Amino acid sequence: MITILETSALNTVQDLGRPGYRDLGVGTSGVMDAIALQVGNILLDNQMDDACIELQTYPVVLRFDTAATFAVTGIDATIDLDGRTILPWMVETAAAGQILRIGSPKKGARGCLCIAGGIEVPVVLGSRSTQLRGGFGGLDGRPLEAGDTLKTTGRTLDVAGYGALPPATVLDTVADGDDGRTIALRAMPATDYGLFTPESQQRFWDTPWRITPQSNRVGYRLSGAPLELHHRVELRSYGVIAGIVQVPPAGEPIVQLADANTVGGYPRIATVIEADLWRLAQARIGTRIRFRECSFTEGVAAMRPVNAYLDDLRMMVAHYRTSARCRAGMKSGDKA
Amino acid sequence: MKNDVARDAGAAPAISMIGTRAMLFEAPGDFTMAHQRRIWALMDAARARPDVQELIPGVTNLMLIFSVPPDSPQAVADWLHHAWDTLPERHIEGRLFEIGVRYGGTLGEDLAAVAAHADLPPEDVIAIHHASEYTVCAIGSAPGFGYLHGLDPRIATPRKTVPSLNMQAGTVIIGGMQAGISALTGPNGWNSIGFTDLRLFDPDRQPPALFAVGDRIRFYPESIEL
Repeated sequence: MITILETSALNTVQDLGRPGYRDLGVGTSGVMDAIALQVGNILLDNQMDDACIELQTYPVVLRFDTAATFAVTGIDATIDLDGRTILPWMVETAAAGQILRIGSPKKGARGCLCIAGGIEVPVVLGSRSTQLRGGFGGLDGRPLEAGDTLKTTGRTLDVAGYGALPPATVLDTVADGDDGRTIALRAMPATDYGLFTPESQQRFWDTPWRITPQSNRVGYRLSGAPLELHHRVELRSYGVIAGIVQVPPAGEPIVQLADANTVGGYPRIATVIEADLWRLAQARIGTRIRFRECSFTEGVAAMRPVNAYLDDLRMMVAHYRTSARCRAGMKSGDKA
Repeated sequence: MKNDVARDAGAAPAISMIGTRAMLFEAPGDFTMAHQRRIWALMDAARARPDVQELIPGVTNLMLIFSVPPDSPQAVADWLHHAWDTLPERHIEGRLFEIGVRYGGTLGEDLAAVAAHADLPPEDVIAIHHASEYTVCAIGSAPGFGYLHGLDPRIATPRKTVPSLNMQAGTVIIGGMQAGISALTGPNGWNSIGFTDLRLFDPDRQPPALFAVGDRIRFYPESIEL
């Protein structure tokens, strides 16, 4: 069990999401950075759909009431376990009673606190993710508060002290402009691209859009010179997915994300490709982003390095754990 | 198929990719129930495709979400065009819900605004509202929220410029040419004219959503407070 001692707003239990119910109006939810959660679950020998605590406001302080093996992924932050500094992206084991403190990230925005065996909350409509809007899933459908307890399996791994290279250092950054200040995201023109004036189309790609404080898990509101349509349109409600870039009448785009509604009605200028959504999840308020046009073929190809990174990690973790056990004279499958 | 299809008045549907794993099919022309029934037919056919993970039926449009990016989006688009041209309309019998409404009062506080927009007395707005039979066209926006077709154009009222910040779930509402019942308590830009105790969504119920596409709804006045 874990007890939350300190938390700010909007930290929730999330897994890889709740697909399959959008036709009932239920958005997918799930972690904003799916790569970070997958890395954590691979490191901890978890099921891929095991849930984590997704952190987006800091500091977070919690107590392990039972021993637990864990990893913090997604961010680079000061992490402290009873006075001992812990590195992110690394597997560590906490003894019962130890207190973990996670400070504000130096890099990234959303951390995943992954626990061996996952967070045990009920599966609702096929997922443990918190559906904030519907008020279900996760812990009673709400963000975590100080005093909350979360069940864990109490499973610890016999091997710890290994980790993963963060995806940002492994995956090719999109060359143009990704200098740490402006994040480049690849996007495909969408349904209503042609309804925008040629100047606005060009401006969409050229503008270093700023992520405004009105940005959250539902979507990021961007700030920059407004985009204009040839003429005003009234669209009928249509399906929405994470990554879709809509332009409301005021002309400043919104990128819909994990907690997006299932349908929308604003013109769609583009869609950020799936392979780059995690970069957006880790982009903080105030950061500038630039969209780079990409084709369907390029968008599909962009997932290959992501999948290869996860596959390599899976293989390396398996090798490491096997050889560490051999060195320790343990039989495969033994638990410490 | 292009990514930047402009939807003009032509008879051909528009198909576009939304990222690498979603495709949007839009029926041509104005909204008609006939087109919506063809969308439902298309939805049924698309559900049988092994590459489709999820479908989002919209208002005369359908989004297909694939489990992996399609090898050939063009092949899927051709299939959709052919299915649209050849499938008959799908008439869903649906269930009939008769729903008691407490019209007016603080939970239907926009009744006066709707009456003013329609240039009718509030009593007439209420009578017109419960004289129609409505059809659930699509479910979305919030868990269990149904877009209802069948609103009498005389009481159609544009969405509010300033949304209500905390509209109660169960509020009977009008947004443009569409009617509905709010599914969640929270901000809402539609006009409230009454209230019902109905719970539209319960994740522990099977199925979780009360309404399904094709269901029919009739309202009757449980009380009126002007």
